Amino acid sequence: MWAIISILVENKPGILFKVTHLFRSRNFNIESISVGVTADPEFSRMTITTIGDEKQIQQIVKQLDKMIDTVEVQRLDEHKTVYRELILFKIKINKASDSMEINKLANAYGAKIHDVKKDSIMVELTATPDQINTFEELAKPYGIIETARTGVAALQRTGA
Amino acid sequence: MENMNGGRALMKALEKEGVKEVFGLPGGANLPMYDELFKSNIRHILARHEQSAAHMADGFGRVSRKPGVCFATSGPGATNLLTGIATAQADSAPMIAVTGQVPVKMIGKDAFQESDIIGMANPCVKYSFQPRDASEIPEVVRKGFYIAATGRPGPVLIDIPKDVQQNEASMTFPEEVKIRGYHPWTDPDIVQIEKAIDMLLAADKPIILAGGGVTISSAFAELQSISELLMIPVVTTFKGKGSFPENHPLSLGPIGMHGHAEANKLMTEADCVLAIGTRFSDRSVGTFEEFEKRLKIIHMDVDPAEIGKNQTTNIAVVGDVQATLRIMVKLLMHKSIKKTEGTTWLKHVKEVKEYWRENLKLPKGEMTAAKILRKLREVLPKESITTTEVGQHQMWASLFFDVIHPGTFFSSTGLGTMGWGFPAAIGAKVAKPDVPVVDIAGDGSFSMTENSLATSVLENIPVIVFLVNNFSLGMVAQWQRTFYDRRMIGVDLKNCPDFVKLAESYGAQGIRAQSLDELEKAIKVGLKSDVTTVIDIPIDPEEDVLPFVAPGTPLKDMILPS
Repeated sequence: MWAIISILVENKPGILFKVTHLFRSRNFNIESISVGVTADPEFSRMTITTIGDEKQIQQIVKQLDKMIDTVEVQRLDEHKTVYRELILFKIKINKASDSMEINKLANAYGAKIHDVKKDSIMVELTATPDQINTFEELAKPYGIIETARTGVAALQRTGA
Repeated sequence: MENMNGGRALMKALEKEGVKEVFGLPGGANLPMYDELFKSNIRHILARHEQSAAHMADGFGRVSRKPGVCFATSGPGATNLLTGIATAQADSAPMIAVTGQVPVKMIGKDAFQESDIIGMANPCVKYSFQPRDASEIPEVVRKGFYIAATGRPGPVLIDIPKDVQQNEASMTFPEEVKIRGYHPWTDPDIVQIEKAIDMLLAADKPIILAGGGVTISSAFAELQSISELLMIPVVTTFKGKGSFPENHPLSLGPIGMHGHAEANKLMTEADCVLAIGTRFSDRSVGTFEEFEKRLKIIHMDVDPAEIGKNQTTNIAVVGDVQATLRIMVKLLMHKSIKKTEGTTWLKHVKEVKEYWRENLKLPKGEMTAAKILRKLREVLPKESITTTEVGQHQMWASLFFDVIHPGTFFSSTGLGTMGWGFPAAIGAKVAKPDVPVVDIAGDGSFSMTENSLATSVLENIPVIVFLVNNFSLGMVAQWQRTFYDRRMIGVDLKNCPDFVKLAESYGAQGIRAQSLDELEKAIKVGLKSDVTTVIDIPIDPEEDVLPFVAPGTPLKDMILPS
């Protein structure tokens, strides 16, 4: 089971270490993590995606909640949540037509093109993890040189 | 607001918390705070190893139910504390550990005696602080005590860089602190408690499982009321040993790997368990799956993360267990529900208990574990405090030393730290100087912190070390005999040292007891003595602890003496 956990923490040094250490020492897994300061600079929001059975995920939430530096821990329902990840792809250009095809693919996914070179092109895509994985499959035949991926950021829809 | 240096602020803050003693060892990076300790009214009790200082603070904390305080310097001083801190965390004991650290500007430079103790201790503290400015110290100490002592207690580490101890600042000492992400107590849900009562009343074979939480919360009277009102027999975890008087007709003693035969047997027959302040540890319940199959489980605990961690439950009540049980007693009185004696289950419980109390086969001979521990019980006043080390003697204490007065028995049950019992006994004696304190020890464990004899003699803190000496690391030897076809390795301690001479060399009293008469005399001498007494009691190294539930097997498969 895949779960998105949103954690509001005190914006103090060392807290990312404590949260990740908790996952390590309790034998949980972090699939992705993203951290950033909130509009109120006293807090940071961490968004962690993890995989486990229902019992494990409930334990993760409880253990995170027990931490003194966490102010609010929420398990987000993916159907009631906007969640996005950003990825940068550097893709190979082997022949002239590749560039056009990648452009088309990027357009279809609402991705942006950066840094067009003779041998490579950089694509920026903001989407759900599933969409990113599909895009990656489609881009693979051209040859993916390297990628950088942020991890999920998520917020629950108002009234959901 | 007052101007003072960080070290002075630390002492003042500790005094405000009511601290009268600290256990510790000085070194380079905590000299400034020791200089202020010198000028304060707080008594310093010098340990000979930081681990022992932490165990002393732990023993003090468990007995007084207020955080014990230990001091250590940076680097090796701080890392030496770690085992003691982890022990306190595993057993939810309140503690404040204060370490010196290299000056702020030197942090991260691999300075002399620098260690990242905040990072190292992270998984075994309830919380930690590293004030970077002297003015933070009063608030840090207030928060530290608040966190250590409330909810599920635990150790708090305060790591203070040397310059922060020295720097002058204007200090404000807060009376109250608020911590946004910390909610130590939840009000118990009355609806859940009512459901629990209904479930217990509907059960044919109910049982109470009392854990360490009952002792921590001091819910002894409430536990006894519920057991008596509903006529439900009580088993305990090992950590919960003595949370219910073990001479009570409804007491069955501890369950678990080395639980009482009758307790393990009846636990496996029950159809509904009221589990109070316990985390269903593997050592207590054997295999979890087995536990789950048959039982309706009601789980009460102060820590919401314990609900469902090891054991799925039918009804959970989150909250301080004393508060929860008080509500339960009130509801029961109000409904004037009283289960009558003489149900089939109670008759059966009585029969099983009597059978095992009479028929458990014990080894022959005069100086057996059962006989020496029963002798200790016979001679020792019932309000005495006992601690134990870790190993065979500890499990024999569980089996053969009945705790009559609730909350007088303490052991390293979670982490299982050898060497805990003796320094913890010293801490316990500091907390309660008027009652006798006995460390039930083994020769292997006692060797690990025996240099605390210096502390007990020089600081005039007399305790009794009841040294069950089988000249070996007995529990490991038992496993090698049982599971490794007697391939004995690394377990023979060869009667070294001579513990009588060792005690004497520290200025303590050493007595060897080779018969039950000699033992009785030795205990009586120890009780009257104003200096620590080590009673060396040689026993047969081949004696096993039985019954024995092999690891990873259910309680019903316990190995009994043949």
